[in-house]
Amino acid sequence: MIAWMNWTPTVVVFFVVIAMILAVMTVYEIVSPCTERKGFLPIETTRGDRLFIGLLSAAYINLTFLAVSDITLWVALAVSVAWLLVLLRWG
Amino acid sequence: MEKIPNNRAWWLVLPVFLLVAFSALIPLMTVVNYSVQDIFGPGQAYYVGTEWFKEVLADERLQDSLIRQFVFSGFVLLIQIPLGIGVALMMPKSGVKGSLCLILIAIPLLIPWNVVGTIWQIFARGDIGLFGWGINQLGIDYNYTGDTLDAWLTVLLMDVWHWTPLVALLCYSGLRAIPEAFYQAAEIDRASKWAVFRYIQLPRLKSVLIIAVLLRFMDSFMIYIEPFVLTGGGPGSSTTFLSQTLTTMAIGQFDLGRAAAFSLIYFLIVLLISWLFFTAITHADKEK
Repeated sequence: MIAWMNWTPTVVVFFVVIAMILAVMTVYEIVSPCTERKGFLPIETTRGDRLFIGLLSAAYINLTFLAVSDITLWVALAVSVAWLLVLLRWG
Repeated sequence: MEKIPNNRAWWLVLPVFLLVAFSALIPLMTVVNYSVQDIFGPGQAYYVGTEWFKEVLADERLQDSLIRQFVFSGFVLLIQIPLGIGVALMMPKSGVKGSLCLILIAIPLLIPWNVVGTIWQIFARGDIGLFGWGINQLGIDYNYTGDTLDAWLTVLLMDVWHWTPLVALLCYSGLRAIPEAFYQAAEIDRASKWAVFRYIQLPRLKSVLIIAVLLRFMDSFMIYIEPFVLTGGGPGSSTTFLSQTLTTMAIGQFDLGRAAAFSLIYFLIVLLISWLFFTAITHADKEK
């Protein structure tokens, strides 16, 4: 099926990583449920909200890198991951 | 009696999840997959990485249609939201007249998009259309197929005609939900009509209005059929909005990789804006 739908390794890795993030966060949530709290973001957020905000901004960070520079996207990825971690911890 | 927590009911969601995966998730993943490839035909696909994204982001035609799209959606909101509130305020509160108004106002909402496009295409024509002919008789040179401004005005007018009723109906239901006691209190204070609107009706309409703004923004941001039927995106490309540019790319030129990259960017914009509205709605509810 992978060959028939032309799945490329990059995309497979991309979705596997996202699925793993979701799975890990689900297990984490079951082990220690979170409550809404207020961090540096202007709204009260749960862990899931912060993850969503982090992933969405990661997409925009990568697109911005693509649009305005020729720097390799690995840098954009590093920035996104750092931003996601900051969000999850202090957001 | 002690309640025993039992989460097994979640398994009942499984069929829906599988169905959604089959009809929405996997197709979306396919789009992501196509966006990193150059596809010529079955078995002839080449991995190109982020090249399409880079090209799409730098494409002036797309940037132009994105700007047009935002301008259009902005005008749609600026006109339809105040107009909808105004219409709702003027509608009779109840009785036969109220029902009659509701039915009359709801009629445009029942007409399919392509029919709306066709109606306005004929209605606005200078030779056989009542509206176009009438404007021309007033001595104003009006031709929506040749003049950019006229085309824009016609598309906007059509959208206002089609969708202001939705805003009006939403606001009407919001207004009816305000208890009579509020108005009585305002009367005792000898509040002016404007004060009643500003301090009673408008705050009470807040949540309805957020939904109206969200619906109207999303719909106008994804508009396709009406301008496609009315102007075909012309004159030139002056009324070619995002979805039409995308369709031309995906179906007209069969440029699947580029169209996939573009639709992902489109999707991200829509996702961001919907999330902002959604957060605003839930936030407004919490404040209550």
